[in-house]
Amino acid sequence: MSYREGSVVAYFLQQLVNGVTLGSVYGLIALGYTMVYGIIGMINFAHGEIYMIGAFVAVIGFTLFAGVPLVLALLLVLILATLVTGFYGWTLERVAYRPLRGSFRLAPLIAAIGMSIFLQNYVQLAQGARIKPVPPKIEGGLTLLVQEGFAARVSYLQICILLLTLLLMAALTWMIHGTSFGRQQRACEQDKVMAALLGVNVDRTISMTFVTGAILAAVAGVLVTLYYGVVDFFIGFLAGVKAFTAAVLGGIGSIPGAMVGGLLIGLIEAFWAGYFSTEWKDVAAFSILVIVLIFRPSGIFGRPEVEKV
Amino acid sequence: MILEIRDIYSYYGAICALRGVSLEVTEGEIVALIGANGAGKSTLLMTLCGVVRARRGAVIFDGEDITRRPTEKIIRSGIAVAPEGRRIFPHLTVRENLQMGGLASRDPERGAAGTAKLAHKMEGVLELFPRLRERLAQRGGTLSGGEQQMLAIARAMLSEPRLLLLDEPSLGLAPLMVRQIFTTIREINESHGTTVLLVEQNAHQALRLAHHGYVMVTGEVVLHGTGAELLANEEVQAAYLEGGRKETKQGETQQRETRQ
Repeated sequence: MSYREGSVVAYFLQQLVNGVTLGSVYGLIALGYTMVYGIIGMINFAHGEIYMIGAFVAVIGFTLFAGVPLVLALLLVLILATLVTGFYGWTLERVAYRPLRGSFRLAPLIAAIGMSIFLQNYVQLAQGARIKPVPPKIEGGLTLLVQEGFAARVSYLQICILLLTLLLMAALTWMIHGTSFGRQQRACEQDKVMAALLGVNVDRTISMTFVTGAILAAVAGVLVTLYYGVVDFFIGFLAGVKAFTAAVLGGIGSIPGAMVGGLLIGLIEAFWAGYFSTEWKDVAAFSILVIVLIFRPSGIFGRPEVEKV
Repeated sequence: MILEIRDIYSYYGAICALRGVSLEVTEGEIVALIGANGAGKSTLLMTLCGVVRARRGAVIFDGEDITRRPTEKIIRSGIAVAPEGRRIFPHLTVRENLQMGGLASRDPERGAAGTAKLAHKMEGVLELFPRLRERLAQRGGTLSGGEQQMLAIARAMLSEPRLLLLDEPSLGLAPLMVRQIFTTIREINESHGTTVLLVEQNAHQALRLAHHGYVMVTGEVVLHGTGAELLANEEVQAAYLEGGRKETKQGETQQRETRQ
């Protein structure tokens, strides 16, 4: 794809489509960071690895269900991925973070970095260091606009990614604001002792938050596997840091913030790559992280720390 | 006897906050626990809820030893608390705060039946606190101090507890509001039959309301009797009803005198 004088609108439209797709994935991963931060105030640096494990489960799943019709295979892979990563998310919290709760603030953070390194190496040893290819599953697409020989296209896969992301985000919003569990979770975010004094099982609520975040990351992992068609044990790092940037940009702890932040990071990256340089696209995302941390640490949707009367 | 606290010792780090406290609450009564700031009243409530762990001693609720149970289990066995500082969830709406209170209900029902039942209970509790009805959609953090206190008590009432623990419900409130809160506590006790353990610095009001009272000084119970007895007691009068700001020191002197 090259940038030509006469195809300004089509080219712009293409970057927009790519950016929204990328942003959906970042948003899904960012939700895990922000939810965990919201409830226990720590950055789960191993969250990117959970996403990577989701992607590996997708590779294994698609190989396993090779003979199954596409829609069914996709569904089975999604279920398998959410189950496996949900289990990893739960275990991660149980073995690495819960014993350190009540310890000094840095301890779980260091444990998270340790778990991240452990999971990367574990997958490398178990699955090998080579890049795993996945043949394209959902092909074809729609042409949005043709200008001077440049066609802005949206693939069916991109539509699929966007729809699934919207569906999950709507479901999550409903869970947080419309169910008893969501209410308990928000109560724990605000005052764990009081939540316990009303009969909430705080430990279980925290565990379920990790599981929810892991499930969203798993779906992101499956979608990315389909989108890029390649997976390796190191993809969790970059995606994790970018999603973390998205969460910070949106306001860490804020759920709409993670969604919007993810979308913005996806768009920034796509436009940067489209108009400036593909090699430097990661720099764009991380510059955002630095700028936000310096000038507006609470992010777009961040709320002031305390407002108790 | 619905609650029996036997010789409890609790610590905050190395500081001994409760030194062998024993206390009994009879079903259907209001029991007041009075004493100066730092006497250990709130610590006692938190120990009995399992937020602070007792080093020694036992808490018997309804014939069962609950000393080592996790907080949420203690609460779910029929105890509710409106704690020190009210601890309203500031970002939840008043309605959501109340719904949180219904969680520990002993006859939990899931789905639509549970929701309907909770709504019914909420109606009942809102009768006690009509002010809250206008505020249902507002966030908890936007309420005034008095309204927050009402919400804290209402929230505790929604689990239909057998024992209600109230920690300084009158603290920081205007006199009129204080009177209103105390009237409501009496109403809760009389018409709902809820047993109340009331921690107060406002000793006069608390003792007038209470069937029985306990006086705590630096982590120990130094006196107990019926509300009327304690109101008439000279030491109590000197320390808590007229003594004003010097109460702690006087309390300590008294304690030594009582022992001698």
